[in-house]
Amino acid sequence: MKPASKGNRLLILIPAFNEEGAVGQVVREVQRSMPGVPILVIDDSSADGTAGVARAAGAGVMSLPHHLGLGGCMQAGYKLAYELGYDYVIRVDGDGQHDPANIPKIFNALLTSNCQMVIGSRYVEKDGEFTSAVRGVGIVLFRLILRPILGKRVYDPTSGFVGVNRDALAVFSRSFPLEYPEIEALVVLQRKSFRFQEVPCAMRPRRTGKSTITALKSIYYIVHVLLGVFVNILKYEGPRRR
Amino acid sequence: MTRLLHVMTAFSGILILLVLISVRRAHIRVEYSVSWLTAAIILLILSLNRRLFYWLAELMGIDYPPVALLLIVFFVFLVVFYRFSIRISDMKDSNIALAQRVAILEYQLRSSHEEQEKSNHP
Repeated sequence: MKPASKGNRLLILIPAFNEEGAVGQVVREVQRSMPGVPILVIDDSSADGTAGVARAAGAGVMSLPHHLGLGGCMQAGYKLAYELGYDYVIRVDGDGQHDPANIPKIFNALLTSNCQMVIGSRYVEKDGEFTSAVRGVGIVLFRLILRPILGKRVYDPTSGFVGVNRDALAVFSRSFPLEYPEIEALVVLQRKSFRFQEVPCAMRPRRTGKSTITALKSIYYIVHVLLGVFVNILKYEGPRRR
Repeated sequence: MTRLLHVMTAFSGILILLVLISVRRAHIRVEYSVSWLTAAIILLILSLNRRLFYWLAELMGIDYPPVALLLIVFFVFLVVFYRFSIRISDMKDSNIALAQRVAILEYQLRSSHEEQEKSNHP
């Protein structure tokens, strides 16, 4: 992948861990939706053929030397995108849940909204139609907690279908939450007084593989994210931070 | 109480020996042995110096000295574990940054090789 030129400012990042059954199709769909836009799959040290399948589909592949989890994986992509000079990055999950047909909508909002971050949201239009009761409870809880912190309502704080501009890219390449990064990332941006916008996007069921958030992990997820949110509010940004 | 203090003396002595052997065999780095040695020496001094130990128990407002001993052991190792949590967190941060840098450099190296191959065999 070449450094970004003026006509080549958007990069699609696809984090993938053991997604050989879905990632090839996701890459092809992104190519159809955004022809000519570079695609980088970040392989989080998968045990299957994720890297090979993505490469065969025509994406660039950056393989991590060992498993870092979603946050570490995404930050590696943000760092590379920032160093190569990209102005916009849109994350599309490698499991096929994010419909690449919505990428132009997110990109357009990034270009026109003057926001540093645009979230593809399931619930802007279909509020209350949660895919499961546990998810519904979690999302309502996080909305209540985030509202005073962010100063505005966020409909889908757990969505990973996110686009960022270069200002947010600079922040995320230096500091990005490690586990379950979506909600904490909103707080990280809020600390910089950045703005975000949600655009309605339908999500699909994952094609293959296992979700990073299983039912058993839901309670751990809620506690972890709550702690992460409050730690991010209090975080000391001194000389030790990278 | 005397037997308990003897057990503590033996435990502290064994801990010091164990740490020193581990350092000698390079199983523990010198900088990480300092916390363990400091903790073991504090326990050894308290178990050998009964007057100091009773004074400390009185200072803590504990009438039954064995409880004071357990509390002191608990606090000493709590400090050790806290120090290690800080070190582990720091090392995890460094490890993540290093892994990301390796991935980025490897990716750029691979990309430049591919570019070179393309220009050599258009």
